Amino acid sequence: MAKITYIEFNGKEHVVDVKPGLSVMEGAVKNNIPGIDADCGGACACATCHVYVDAAWQDKTGSQSAMEESMLDFAENVEPNSRLSCQIKVTDALDGLVVRMPQSQH
Amino acid sequence: MSEPGVVIVGAGHAGGTAAAMLRQYGYEGAVTIVGDEPIAPYQRPPLSKAWLKGEADAEALMLRPLSFYTEHGVELILGVRVTSLDRTAKSLGLADGKTLAYDKLIIATGSRARPLPAPGADLKGVLFLRSAADAEVLKAALGPGKRLAVIGGGYIGLEAAASGRALGADVVVLEREDRILARVAAGVLPKFFQAYHEAKGVRFELGVQIEAFVGDGGVLTGVRLADGRVFPCDEALVGIGNIPNDELARDAGLECAGGIVVDAAARTSDPAIFAIGDVTHRPLPLYDRMFRLESVANALEQAKQAAGAIVGRPAPPPEVTWNWSDQYDIKLQMAGIAFDADDILVRGDPAAARFAVFHLRGPVIRAVEAVNAPSEFMAARQLIGSQKPVDRAKLADPAVSMKEVAAG
Repeated sequence: MAKITYIEFNGKEHVVDVKPGLSVMEGAVKNNIPGIDADCGGACACATCHVYVDAAWQDKTGSQSAMEESMLDFAENVEPNSRLSCQIKVTDALDGLVVRMPQSQH
Repeated sequence: MSEPGVVIVGAGHAGGTAAAMLRQYGYEGAVTIVGDEPIAPYQRPPLSKAWLKGEADAEALMLRPLSFYTEHGVELILGVRVTSLDRTAKSLGLADGKTLAYDKLIIATGSRARPLPAPGADLKGVLFLRSAADAEVLKAALGPGKRLAVIGGGYIGLEAAASGRALGADVVVLEREDRILARVAAGVLPKFFQAYHEAKGVRFELGVQIEAFVGDGGVLTGVRLADGRVFPCDEALVGIGNIPNDELARDAGLECAGGIVVDAAARTSDPAIFAIGDVTHRPLPLYDRMFRLESVANALEQAKQAAGAIVGRPAPPPEVTWNWSDQYDIKLQMAGIAFDADDILVRGDPAAARFAVFHLRGPVIRAVEAVNAPSEFMAARQLIGSQKPVDRAKLADPAVSMKEVAAG
């Protein structure tokens, strides 16, 4: 299990254990954490699971794929540490990961 | 006795989301979901895509984990059909003889696969792809050497054809119209998909009429066309569209017009009753008309509308409808609807499997179909919503970024 901290835009923190193999998005949805809509269910088709990866974790979560980068190009409030959380696979190495959510996914 | 609260009829993507949104919006009353399938709300799109190919398991299909419903006080009544609606008594009759009272009702009964009225349609091996149970049957039937006849060259049929090929099955698509994706306006997209599927070994028979399913001992052995040809097959998947499950509403006297008529807050002609998802005939403010949509995006938008209206939140702004389809390594993303479009513009190169078809009305984008072109999809989604005019020369030039096109 990897402990992941999801921080809503309003600052509310949710710390949950996520099974390796799931995506960071699935970890949020399965725990009913608000702020990650994931309309397409993880098909990288909608850009509604946008998160900011805490600086300390950017190396371990990897970088945006070409598809993801194109999708994020048109999302709101994109930062250099923006990712689509459906594209980050949870591994034991991500134990302790912290992600923050944007104000809105739409 | 506690108040009956909100009852949601239909445990699909729309119904499950409505319950979650009610809780997210702070609704504290009782919430009950009644569904006729034996399982908790799940996602249907993967049934013809990742799940069918074996790339997603049953748990991944679940819309929410089961613990969600207990933790958030959402009661699930599963495997039970709602048979009647008494609006005066504000009560539902269930197939098991029980009744269920409501303060507010959300009808999310979805749609069902349109049957093909041909002899032999009841043979074992004539399949549909709508529910997880349907998908289980189809998946078990596909494999190397199996022969699948897909009836209907729409998205469900094409996704099943792609998944069937991935599982090693022999696939033929039988389509009534003279092209696949007949509901799509532009010729380039159907041509592209047909060629792509053919390169993967799928055969197409266009402009054909199904005369009968033929069988032996109650089991399907082939599909016979009106021209006399018989296509031998082990399974036939019928994917010729869906019809709304609006009988409950119609019988109760709610206004229906090929779906339950709702307003922009998903409210029906009865102020205590909402309807969401595939079953609704809904306003499309951007296109100034009523329409019935079948998509996850629609289910989610209306789930938010209904939950918001019930808790008294201001109505969310209208969204641009969108959808997607995965076939082989192709991601097709669509936004808007080509209503009132007077021109078509293709950006990019179909031969390179990376292009977008824009449907324009004057300088305004009404709809897009983007093949492996996420920037075009995302930009168009915004431009369709804002109705901001675009420079057609820039749009047609892939060297000009979509950011620049959108900036005007």
